[in-house]
Parts: sequence; C-alpha cells; structure tokens
Amino acid sequence: MPKSPILEKIGKEVIFFDGAMGTLLQDAGLKAGELPERWNVLHPETIRNIHCAYLQAGADIIKSNTFGANGLKYSPEELREVITAAMRLAKEATAQCKRGYVALDIGPTGKLLKPYGDMEFERAVRLFAEVVNIGKAYADCILIETMNDSYETKAAVLAAKENSDLPVFVTNVYGEDGKLMTGADPKAMIAMLEGLRVDAVGMNCSLGPRQMLPLLPVFYEYASLPVIVNPNAGLPREENGKTVYDVDEAQFALLMEEAVSAGASMVGGCCGTTPAFIRRLRETLKDVAPMPVIKREHTLVSSYTHAVEFGEKTVCIGERINPTGKKRFQQALREKDINYVLREGVKQQDEGAQILDVNVGLPDIDEAETLRDVVVRLQGVSDLPLQLDTTAREALAGALRLYNGKAMINSVNGTRESMDAVFPLAVRYGGLIVALTLDEDGIPATAQGRLAVAEKIAAEAAKYGIGKKDLIFDPLAMTVSSDPHAASVTLAALRLLRERGYKSVLGVSNVSFGLPAREAVNAAFFTLAMESGLNAAIINVYSVEMLKAYHAFAALHATDENFKEYIRFATERLPLLSSSAPTAPSRTPAADRIGRTGKEEAEGSPLRRSIVRGLDGEAGALTKSLLQSVPPLEIIDGEIIPALDEVGRGFENKTVFLPQLLMSAEAAKAAFEEIRRFYAAAGTPRKKRCTFVIATVKGDIHDIGKNIVRVLLENYGFDTVDLGKDVPPEEVVRAVEEHHAPLAGLSALMTTTVPAMAETVRLLRERTPWCKIVVGGAVMTAEYADRIGADKYAKDAMETVRYAEEVERALQGRR
Amino acid sequence: MGAIFTRFYDGGALPFDRREALRYFGAPQGVLSPETEELFGTCVQEALAACVYRVCYAEFDIARAGGVLDLGFMKTDSRALFRNLEGCEKAVAFAATVGMGMERLIARYSALSPVRGYAFQAIGAERIETLCNAFNQDIAREYAAAGWYARPRFSCGYGDFPIAAQANFIRALDCTRKIGITLSDGLLMTPSKSVTALIGFSSSPRSEERARSSAVQKTDNADQQTTHVREQCENCLAKDCRFRQEK
Repeated sequence: MPKSPILEKIGKEVIFFDGAMGTLLQDAGLKAGELPERWNVLHPETIRNIHCAYLQAGADIIKSNTFGANGLKYSPEELREVITAAMRLAKEATAQCKRGYVALDIGPTGKLLKPYGDMEFERAVRLFAEVVNIGKAYADCILIETMNDSYETKAAVLAAKENSDLPVFVTNVYGEDGKLMTGADPKAMIAMLEGLRVDAVGMNCSLGPRQMLPLLPVFYEYASLPVIVNPNAGLPREENGKTVYDVDEAQFALLMEEAVSAGASMVGGCCGTTPAFIRRLRETLKDVAPMPVIKREHTLVSSYTHAVEFGEKTVCIGERINPTGKKRFQQALREKDINYVLREGVKQQDEGAQILDVNVGLPDIDEAETLRDVVVRLQGVSDLPLQLDTTAREALAGALRLYNGKAMINSVNGTRESMDAVFPLAVRYGGLIVALTLDEDGIPATAQGRLAVAEKIAAEAAKYGIGKKDLIFDPLAMTVSSDPHAASVTLAALRLLRERGYKSVLGVSNVSFGLPAREAVNAAFFTLAMESGLNAAIINVYSVEMLKAYHAFAALHATDENFKEYIRFATERLPLLSSSAPTAPSRTPAADRIGRTGKEEAEGSPLRRSIVRGLDGEAGALTKSLLQSVPPLEIIDGEIIPALDEVGRGFENKTVFLPQLLMSAEAAKAAFEEIRRFYAAAGTPRKKRCTFVIATVKGDIHDIGKNIVRVLLENYGFDTVDLGKDVPPEEVVRAVEEHHAPLAGLSALMTTTVPAMAETVRLLRERTPWCKIVVGGAVMTAEYADRIGADKYAKDAMETVRYAEEVERALQGRR
Repeated sequence: MGAIFTRFYDGGALPFDRREALRYFGAPQGVLSPETEELFGTCVQEALAACVYRVCYAEFDIARAGGVLDLGFMKTDSRALFRNLEGCEKAVAFAATVGMGMERLIARYSALSPVRGYAFQAIGAERIETLCNAFNQDIAREYAAAGWYARPRFSCGYGDFPIAAQANFIRALDCTRKIGITLSDGLLMTPSKSVTALIGFSSSPRSEERARSSAVQKTDNADQQTTHVREQCENCLAKDCRFRQEK
C-alpha cells in the first residue's frame, strides 16, 4: 500500500495543525451545554468558515468538528448525520482552499473504563469504531486527542486500526505533574502507543506551551515517532466576563519554536488558539526544519502509570503467580478465587518485583477466560507491568487485548508454529516478546547454537516489523545436576547476546533443581548471570538470598546511587525477612483447651489471642505450627471460631468497633489460609457450609461493605460466591441457579440504586424461589427491605453471619 | 457563564484531621487497640503520599422565574436550594477531587484487606472534606474582599436537590478534562473521593436567624457527599446517619 501523503511529509517539514474549534464556536454563539457537533447540521457555513480560516492561516491538517460525537451523546441516526456533515464540511474547505488534509477528530467518551469506572473496554472500542466507520471515507488521517486515560486511548486506537487503514495520531492530556489524570507518564504512553503501531504521539490541551516544554525531551528521547504538540493558549482567566488565555500569538509562536527545536515536528493549538495563532506560528517557523525522527532503541514495557526500561540494571520479574507445583494456588484457580492471585501479586510488589509474571495455565480450567480475568483484576490492584505467560494463543490474544499498557509476552520460541502464532499478536497489540532460544531441533547444547536460534527469531520478527528492542532472549537456564556445564553454557550465551546488542532474560530458579539448599545455588548463579549482562530475571522475590544477591550486585556495580536501595533493603526489609516466625505454643492436649474456664477462657490460647488482637501474620504462623500436631477441625472449632465469636459478641455489645472486628476477621482469614493450604497439600476436600451468593447491585460501585460481609462469612466457613459490584440482576439469578444457593446477599449504598436492588429481589423471587435474600447497605432499612420483598435486613456483617447460620440450621432441620 | 478555573492544592496546606478520619473509620478517638492504631497510621502515611488535590470552578449568575431557579448551567425547582441561595445574585459551582491515586488505594485494599480498604475510605473522606473546606474558605475570603457574602456550600443530594444534577455539574465544569472526574451511569463519581457543590453569594448579608433556618440538609448519598458542616447536623433530616453529631 502506498504511504499516505501526510506521512510522506512528516519529518521533512514541520506539519501544522489547526487551533481550537470550541473556542471559536463559543464566540459564534454556542451555548454552555449545547452539543457543538450539532452545528455541523445547523450552521454548516460557520464550521466551513472556521476550517477555511485555519487553512488560509497555514494549517496543514484540520480537525473535523467531531470531538464529542459518539453513541453516548447521539442517537445512531444523528451520529451518522453530524459526523458525515462534519467530514463533508472539512473536505469542502480543503477543496475550496486548495490545501490541507482532514483529520477525523476523536475525543474521549467522558466515561471511565472498568475496573475504576463502569464502561466495558469492548464497549468503548465499539463506540469509537462507530465514529471511525462513519467518518473514515472523507478522512486523510485519524486524530485521537485530549485523552486523559491510557485505557480509553488504547480502545480508541484499536478501533481506528481495526476499522481503517488511515494514519493514526494520538495526543494525550498531561497535567502539571507530567501525568495523565489516571496516572500514566509520557514514557508509559509512548511504550503503549508505539506498540499499537500509531503514526505520531504527543500532547494537547490542559497546559500552555510553556508548561509542555519540560515534557518534550522525554518524548523526543523515547519516541521513534513524530511528536505532536497542540497546547492551549496558556492558562485561562476571566476578563470582563470573557474567558481569555494568558499567552498571545507572538509568545505562543516563540514558545512553539522552542518546542520544535526540542523535537516537536507536528504543531498546532488547542483551547484558546485561533487562526491568528496558527498564522503567526507558521510565519515564525517558516524557515525552521523539524528535528529528525530517530529510531530509538529503548526496550520498554508499561502499565497504566509507568514504563519499566530494560537497561543496565537487571529488572526483577516476580514468578509466584504460577500454579506449577503449588496445590493451594491450583485450588484457588479452580475455585475462581481470584483474590488469592491478587494477593500474590501485591505481596510480590511489596517485596520489590518490578514486573509480575502471570501464568494461570491448568489443564482443567478455561485458561483464556481466567487469564483475562486475572489480568484485568490484577491491574485493578497493582500498577506493575505484567508478563503474560501462556502457551495458548487464544489466551494470550484475549489478555493482550485487554491489557492496559504494553505487556511482556512470555513467550515465543524458534519453531515456525510458535513464531506464526505470537508475532501477529505482538504487531496488533504491542508487547515485549520473551524469545526462548530453542526450536524444532530442541535446545542447542552450545552458547553459539543458542545465539543462532536468537538470530533466526530476530530475523523472522523483523519480517513483521518487530525490531530488536521488542525482543528479549531467554538463553535457558538448565539444571546443573543433570549437566554440570549447563550453567556455563547459559552464561556464555548471555555474554554473546550482550555483544550482539540483544536483551536477555532468564528464569533463574531452574538451575538448582535436584540440589539441596537450592537458594544458595540460585543466588550465586543470579550474580554470575547479572555479571554476564542479564537484563531481567524471573525470580522468587520472597527469597532472601536472591534479594541479597540483587541488591549487593547493584551496590558493587555502582548502579545504586549512594547505596540508597541497598541500605533500605539492609535496614528495613532484611530484618523483617530474617526474623524467625513467631514460635508456636508447645502442644496442649485438646482436652485441656476444651476444659478451660474462667480467666484462662477469657485470655485463651496464643492463636485465639492473636485472632482477637487482629495479628494476621502471627495467626498464620501459629496455625501453621499447630497443624503439625493438631487436627484442622480441632483448630477451627477450638480456637478460631471461639475467637471470632468473642470479637463478634464484643461488636454486637458495642465494646469492639468495626476496625477491630475486621482486623480479627483478617487474622482468622490468615489462619484459615494455612488450613486450606494443609488440606490442599493433603488432597482432602474441606468441609463446606452452605453457599452464599453476594453482590453489590447494578449501578453501585461501592463494595467495601459487601467485602466486609464476605470476609466474615468466609471465616465462618460459608462458601461465598462473590459477584463483585455493579452486578446486573440476571447475573445474580444465574449464580444462584448455578450453585443452587440457599442464600443471596445484596448490598447498595445509594438511593439511586435501590430500584436495582428491588428488581434483583423481584427476579430472584420469580426464578429462584428457594433462595433466602438478605439485604444491607447505607440506604437500607428494615422497612425498605420488607417493602421490596427481601427476607431479611441485616444492619451489619455480624448480623448477616447470624442470619446465614439461622438459614442453615433451618435447612438442616428440614433434611 | 464565566471561565472554568482550576486550582491545585499542596498537601502541606491541608493538615490531616485525624479525629475526623477516625470518626469515618467508625472508631471514636481513644478506643483503637494498639494494633488497629498502628495499621491506621500506616494507611494514613500511604494515603497522604497518594493524594493530589484538584478543584475546578466557575461563577454563574442566578436567575429566578416563578418557582424555578436558573443556575446558568441548569434549572431546578429544589426548595432546599432555593432556601440556601435566598438573596444570592451569583454562585460558584465547583468540583473537587483527591485523585485516582487515592482511588487505587481504596480499590487495592478493598479487594485484599477490608480493614485497610475501610481505613483508606475513611481517610479519603477526610481528605476530600478538608480540601472542600480549604477551597470554600479561600473562595469565600476572595469574594468577601469584593463585598460578597457566602452561603454554606450545597451539594447534589442535599434535601430535595437530586443526585441526578451531578451530571450538570460535571458537564458545566468540564470536570473530566479539567480535574479527571467521570460520572457512571449510576451517577457515581470516579474518583469516588470527589465532591461537587455550589456556594451562593449575595451582595448583602443575611441575618443569623435566617441563615440558621436555611441550613443545609443532607439526606442522601452517604459516601460522596459527606461534606457537610458539622453545625448542620442538627438540621439534617437523616436522623439515623452514623456520622450525625449532636450538640
């Protein structure tokens, strides 16, 4: 396909965008709250005149008056009408003025995407796709602008790329802190957008040119693409009842000249700029050539807040989200207990992981669905970039699509099948690809052989336009116990990769397989690998030995300024990691415990005390050691439940307040976690109580109260199915049907969502008449619960537990 | 309407009101166990580092026709707002937020540790209220210098002023673009620790008694619009509100 005429021009000369549309429409009489795109139909001549004024002032690219046109604000018919009119007007203007190109202008929907907002990612993609499909016929390019969220930006770019062949330019809104409203910095955006194969990146709106200048060096240094700068005419102030901006045409042009010399090659204006600004800009820059667009070689992955760069200092990738050899983790995946996975993620982040590997592959679960779910929810609780670790193409494709940022892809190898499967996905969604140096002939025995496979993979990737910087090679750490020279081959391969300018990554832990005291071997190998140029390591970040090796290496290599990281590790983390777990009490005969009375009863055993006091670490450790000699059921009935009852009674009597009740609940949860681990290892199914489906109703995104109820129910052994927040009535019904749950709990905080609560109750009554319904939340009252037909209003979590027990007793009585 | 302005506050200018946060935490001061105390302290530190403080606002002229109040960006027949704005010629509409960083902490810990989630929720409520108070004080002082008298601020969901009006505020103040607040279909703001409100201004003062009788009434939306001045509790219709403070 021939290159588009605009792309031909970029880089050779400075390209000029037009200025504001909204500002001029307000001057022409657009009222506050009026939809500007309607003017395409109501006042076509005004719109065309504005376009012409910009073209005559010297703009190369004019933006169609479609910024806010989307299916949320317009009916399908009107959407088509306003966009088609807008594109025609812009095209007519370029014909009339005999110059310029038309950008189909796409602004944000105004809605925030899940998990923080309520719009599904794919719905956003569909909304943008509608605009692209209506507008593309008359467009020379697509400008996605004023985006202040990385996820929505990605949705818009996918819609543009999947529905047209037009060049796609993207500008985001950065605040004075140099970040988007939802947190991404320029490096993160560049990483993601280059991965998505857009044609130019940059910034617009919010700031004036002066405030944008400090951000330009990062753009120019990191982007291999032309950089766009479309600032406001400074900051607004009010003068005689009119909004004026504090930068005039001359200042604007001078500041933009600085921007061009700092690397901007496509310039124009946003709010407050007029044709006069563009004219002055064009005149000022008429003899100025843009800085060259340079192919940058930074290897980056990103999340929705920041990018991680692979360079001199080894990047730590946490390996713990992986079911291999972990029975408890496998159980969690089978039970769809995603929170368990999330906890592993956050814990690794706390221990210093910079990227999280995510592997949820188990033969008996739907890996594609689970991986998507885990990726989305993990991104709701951790801002670390993720490494998607799967051999299933479908699972990879689904997760890459929904990932907010530029992910690491684990992995491709040198086989034809693998490369054919992975590379097209990397081209579509972006990603840094982990490439294993093996192929149809297996793993080469020599370092040279592994390098040869790496070269082969790189050559094949290049055919897709995937450069060296988006490949990171894993020369494979094999176990030394089966081949004593395995480690030296791997280390030699690392050095060869470094010499050729390739990036490298290793899963370190494998090397010691079959040996005692594996951590010692792993840590030594890790140090040697770093010395051989290892750029990233997939490691167990809970291992003190690995962390010691990592921080000591950085300290010795002068990559840790003033030993800041090392000292923090040595003084803050190390003492915690090294201190032994609290010692368990010596075995007390069960009969003794049961027989306690009086003061002893009040104080209880150490485990009981630790739960009452809310010490989760201690409760977990004590349970673990008790399990060596006491049957689990005895611990539950003799220690944990009495502790919970004690706190629960205190709460009911108002001597214990909610925070303490919650802390005890979490400590009990830690104790239960050890018991579940014990059962999982032994392969014993745990004793279950009846199933309780719980949800925050549709339209409501408050889930703290619901989560509190869930934790307490779980502690009392109820099997909870937590549907989350903003749950449609049908979904609650489906879950109750699926589990034949005798109990459902609904939560609502706002009066506006009470109708959704009522509707859910109605539907449950109709379709699952066996199910008892308990409702709660800030707006609920017993009277209201009655009115909407619920069985029970529970004022707090304890009351819900008591009710659940009551229902269970009734059920058992019936049997 | 006039220009929409933004103001960013530095955390240093907004001292943390521990007592208030503990009140939201369901723990009147002095009754926390040492363990809870320690946990709360850690949460406070993490929260303060994550907050940003942003406000956007614009001034509107107020017109009255029949029973309808024209705020310049929306019309309403809310009796409560009528009373609040009695005598006012103009009003400043504002939106404030403590940002997505705080939102992420609440989300992270709600999923992983309800007690921490609850703590961050409480701290966030204190932060946004403190921000609103600071902005309110500043703007009232600036208007006072020009001879204007401020009314107690008034939010959607107070009395009979519907939550649905939230959408008008968000649109009129260009909140999504200016300070990053978005509205869900269920009219909830994200970040959840955000507030929209009106502050009425009159060119002549009101008598103390009138001011008292028209004090703000809060009946709805316990989470987002927790911002109400304490003296107003006694006038509030929500008699069972757990944050209610008797004199």
